[in-house]
Amino acid sequence: MFANLGTLLRYRGLIQSLVARDLKARYRGSVLGFVWSFVNPLLLLSIYSFVFSKVLPATDSRTRPYAVFMFCGLLPWTWFAASLTDATSSLISGGNLIKKVLFPAEVLPIVSVLTNMVHFLLGLLILAAFMIGFHHYPHAAALPWFPVVIIVQLIFTLGLALALSALTVHFRDIRDLLANVLTLWFFATPILYPYFLPTVERFLWLFRLNPFYHLAVSYQEILFFDRFGHVRSLLLLGLLSIAVFLAGYWLFDRLRDSFAEVV
Amino acid sequence: MTSAIELVNVSKVYRRYSGRHFATLKSALLKRSLLRDLRPSEAFVALKDVSFSVDKGSTVGVIGRNGSGKSTALKLVAGITKPSAGTVRVTGRVSALIELGAGFHPEISGRENVFINGIMLGLSKRQIEERFDDIVDFAELREFIDAPVKTYSSGMYMRLGFAVAIHVEPEVLLVDEVLAVGDESFTHKCLDKFGELHRQGKTVLIVTHSLGLVERLCDDAVWLDGGQKQLEGDPKRVIGGYLTSVEESERQQMAAATSKALQSAGPNQPLVNMFQATEGRWGSGEIQITSVEVVGQDEQASFVFHSGDRVSVRLRVHAAQPTSDFVFGVSVFNSDGVCCFGTNTDIENMSSERLEGDGEVAFAIDHLDLVEGTYKLDVAVHRRDGAPYDYHRQLYTFRVKSRTPDVGIFKPAHRWTFSTNIRFK
Repeated sequence: MFANLGTLLRYRGLIQSLVARDLKARYRGSVLGFVWSFVNPLLLLSIYSFVFSKVLPATDSRTRPYAVFMFCGLLPWTWFAASLTDATSSLISGGNLIKKVLFPAEVLPIVSVLTNMVHFLLGLLILAAFMIGFHHYPHAAALPWFPVVIIVQLIFTLGLALALSALTVHFRDIRDLLANVLTLWFFATPILYPYFLPTVERFLWLFRLNPFYHLAVSYQEILFFDRFGHVRSLLLLGLLSIAVFLAGYWLFDRLRDSFAEVV
Repeated sequence: MTSAIELVNVSKVYRRYSGRHFATLKSALLKRSLLRDLRPSEAFVALKDVSFSVDKGSTVGVIGRNGSGKSTALKLVAGITKPSAGTVRVTGRVSALIELGAGFHPEISGRENVFINGIMLGLSKRQIEERFDDIVDFAELREFIDAPVKTYSSGMYMRLGFAVAIHVEPEVLLVDEVLAVGDESFTHKCLDKFGELHRQGKTVLIVTHSLGLVERLCDDAVWLDGGQKQLEGDPKRVIGGYLTSVEESERQQMAAATSKALQSAGPNQPLVNMFQATEGRWGSGEIQITSVEVVGQDEQASFVFHSGDRVSVRLRVHAAQPTSDFVFGVSVFNSDGVCCFGTNTDIENMSSERLEGDGEVAFAIDHLDLVEGTYKLDVAVHRRDGAPYDYHRQLYTFRVKSRTPDVGIFKPAHRWTFSTNIRFK
């Protein structure tokens, strides 16, 4: 397993060019092209902020400007959810490669995660624009933690993506199941609502079991609220993420030989 | 000589996963059988204890009928799948032409696909840059290289795939039947390229149904059948062995077809319009044909013959009552239902005198001058006025093989002569 992990480094050129290919191919033939990388989150943002500031106005003054608050959690969530969705079908749609070319299969789910990470990073530019527009800036002292959260999320997502992509080869139901699980997970995570709601605090122990809770809280604290007090949980989650990654890779490695035959 | 590829007692078992259609993740989790369900339940043996080796610098062809394990062997050598038992050793960089352009993405340009495909096959970006012009020239796609691959014709697509794979400059090249799909000129180009690789001392392993290709190109051949190695060595000898076995299995198929036709056609069926019936048996039964055999040069009943062989149709007949009014007839039909030849004892002016009890009739053909194909036989015994005693319509099938792929029905004995200013090599 660790030998295989090592070879992964050798494939970074391949991963790089596949990510570039996916980004290029995704918008090929559309009029706006790459602009969609910006327009998509922007539209999503407008919908949610319209609903939650006009239709169901958020009462808590601490979450104003609401658009900026919500975007801090929504952006990483979109990265996470889209990565898993893409990764689950990556091995099946890349079946030709696995069956006909000597090809390291783990590259496919990893590429799914990284492609969506690029979209996430581009989305940060929109977030920055909104911050400037609303004159709401993050505190400089907390900002060094921002890359740490991203790395923790990356490792966590990679681990899940590897495990899910490998299992989906055998159980196609995961694809359908996942869509519903992700919807549930989205609403169970403080993204649209702040983590200090009374309801959340009452069931805090339950929320704390949700790994994405810690990520969302970290993002919001670093980018929106001026204090970052979630460090310990984040670091614990970092350790957990490494465990998830190793477990995911282990499962992937165990099922690897069956891919070429089952896909 | 050192070997570039070595298979030692290699077996490959393809596993089928039990009831995968029913076992959903949920039920697997509920029954806690997740890992157990991922274990195989049914096994299909694709290769069984196969050993062969390919010397460095030689070209070897793997032949065998469909499902014999050829492609599995190639995938094992390529490392795409792992052997269930035994070891596969390959020395040197491998490039596998199993499916051309397998990694192409339709939306992006040929140029970008060349780079990505090259990286997938193990080249670095710089190496691809160096070879890029050669690749594009080989594929003859210079004007189209910046168009998205989805606009390519299938021929262009394959040429590009082949060009990339061949320019990986592998030490070991694996080819799976990819030449069958190119046009004539591209196939020639590929064959030339193989020749060039051969001269450069590269090792080539080809899986193909084209026996001519193996005979022309290969130093050695391996014949697989049912996942087991049957023969290995000189291509001519291996191909000969393979062809003999193909004939044998064709013979079995013909035998099965014949016995099935006979079973469904019992004696004494009601008289049908014999000029419309395609298959069957009818007649009054006063004289019965009890067995029909087609016998080849070796006096053995067979179903597969070669064009020009001496064959004879042997009938056993039984007459319930002594009679003096009988005619024997034989006709040969090709698979289109065209009567190639038909005759009977009456039109050949033999007047019947007496048939009593059991008898034997042989209809000998000195030269079976038919082109390759599947043929059916009518055999009959009837009265001089045509009323059938026992008529067997197209119940017997046999196959004629020919060394030359000539066309038509009849293959007369023939020769060519030329004036002295026309020469052939």
